[in-house]
Amino acid sequence: MDLYQQLILDHSKERHGCGLREPFDAQVHHVNPTCGDEVTLRVHVADGVVQDVSYDAQGCSISVASTSVLHDEVTGYPVDQALGTYAAMRAMLTSRGRDTGDEEVIGDGIAFAGVAKYPARVKCALLGWSAFTDALARAGIDISARADVTSPVAASAVGSEHPNDDKDAR
Amino acid sequence: MSALPFTPAESTLIRADFPILTRTVRGDRPLVYLDSGATSHKPRQVLDAERHFYEHLNAAVHRGAHQLSEEGTDAYEAARHTVARFIGAQDDEIVFTRNATEAINLVAYAFSNGAAGGGGGMGERFRLRPGDEVLVTEMEHHANLVPWQEVCRRTGATLRWVPVTPQGRLDLTSLDGLLTERTKVFAFTHASNVLGTVNPVRELADRAHAVGALAVLDACQSVPHLPVAVTELGVDLVAFSGHKMLGPLGVGVLWGRAEILDEMPVFLTGGSMIEMVTMEGSTYAPAPQKFEAGVPVAAQAVGLAAACDYLTALGMDRVHAHELMLVRRLLDGLAQRPWVRVIGPTDLTDRGSVVAFDVDGVHPHDVGQVLDDQGIAVRVGHHCAWPLHRALGVAATTRASFAAYTTAAEVDTLLEALDRVPAVFGLEVAS
Repeated sequence: MDLYQQLILDHSKERHGCGLREPFDAQVHHVNPTCGDEVTLRVHVADGVVQDVSYDAQGCSISVASTSVLHDEVTGYPVDQALGTYAAMRAMLTSRGRDTGDEEVIGDGIAFAGVAKYPARVKCALLGWSAFTDALARAGIDISARADVTSPVAASAVGSEHPNDDKDAR
Repeated sequence: MSALPFTPAESTLIRADFPILTRTVRGDRPLVYLDSGATSHKPRQVLDAERHFYEHLNAAVHRGAHQLSEEGTDAYEAARHTVARFIGAQDDEIVFTRNATEAINLVAYAFSNGAAGGGGGMGERFRLRPGDEVLVTEMEHHANLVPWQEVCRRTGATLRWVPVTPQGRLDLTSLDGLLTERTKVFAFTHASNVLGTVNPVRELADRAHAVGALAVLDACQSVPHLPVAVTELGVDLVAFSGHKMLGPLGVGVLWGRAEILDEMPVFLTGGSMIEMVTMEGSTYAPAPQKFEAGVPVAAQAVGLAAACDYLTALGMDRVHAHELMLVRRLLDGLAQRPWVRVIGPTDLTDRGSVVAFDVDGVHPHDVGQVLDDQGIAVRVGHHCAWPLHRALGVAATTRASFAAYTTAAEVDTLLEALDRVPAVFGLEVAS
């Protein structure tokens, strides 16, 4: 199956950066209500740079691997660049296959290009990434200036628009 | 002599009635549909009945005096009679709703409205107060749980639940402590939509009545799959949906014993359900009309009646025997695969036709994806029974479910396809 790229399988078994760490500026908990997949995710930002993304994820290979790739692709990068990576990742995943993704921008995220053809799985691939942007917002980062980050995603592409969270930002 | 599964020749004839079963998916793969517990397919006879209504009888039923209105109303009431006969009930004990979820909400809201002293109901038994209790079970579908959580929140009553054993049966030893004179309603499922467990309805209903509680049954996974005579179950109210029993989407049924429906406060109000209306207030029609506000779902009811006729012609005892044969075949196949764990009873005693399982080391979403790639449609996730999954210590499961049109060959296809799952995820399994 072209959906399960080796890179996805590798990341789902060996999760990069997993575990919840200190220090952090915000913590969020997102779930996929249709299947019960969950992620608890923390961000730590300093000097405009994403210093750390730490998480505890439970779910299918797509959602777990995507969160692992998220860790690799945003940690150590300026916040604005990380948001650009998220926007590019989301655009690819919700394109139904029309946007094949730019490896220069999303790095290993390119392995998830095949997910776009399976609308029921897009939410899985976006779970960690949505949690990440939510955590940034709760950490006081203004993400509203970026229309490509805050615009609504077509409901048909990702199911529920409003992930549950337990509002435990601090 | 007990009923027999359908023969291969009979299966071929049955399948020919379901146009969708000839389509292919994911390339040119034949569709192997093992998700009838979520929704069943519909035979041509049902589609024709619905189409016939729209082409020849279409009218807003129970309104007007023109010929179409008369004939449409006759068709709708004839559908009520057919559905009543199918479950061994009286015609005026059948309330058509939009689905089973609405049917259960109708009952839950009757308790809410009763507590508020409204809804045209005089029944003291529908007045929930703080200190009263509502009892459900841990194996309920969200449709028979969330409405009761809400009615408790609105009335101040307390929600309690019967736990499930690790074997997937209700822990009946807990009933003594849970069913008390405080219990006003006991709502439980006939057959679990995850475990396949068939509960001892008569015993549970009798225990509820012994403390003066009403017994409400979710029959969504029983009425489509086994012979059900509501009057033999001992319960007061029964909800089920049409689309899971070869009928159309958009129609469900609430059955209630006549004296219960008579006392029960109304839920949705408006046209059709009134007796007299003035600017100051209204009085309501007798049941079942008082529970059918608005233009009724007549074409869907006619389609559901056609589904009842279709199932009656097949014989519900044979449908049940056929599906249990498929369950046996799948359970036997899974037992030979130690890397698969069945979630629910593995014997056929008191068992329905859904089989949920867990593949060691592979998330159900991934299992479902690999099966889908081979044309096999199963359900993955928590199947709207999240608390049950939590109680059993699994986040989600993969579920195969059957109907009269399912074949043994399809069960074999599922088993063969499952064998490919571990390898996709780089897992080695002992055979």
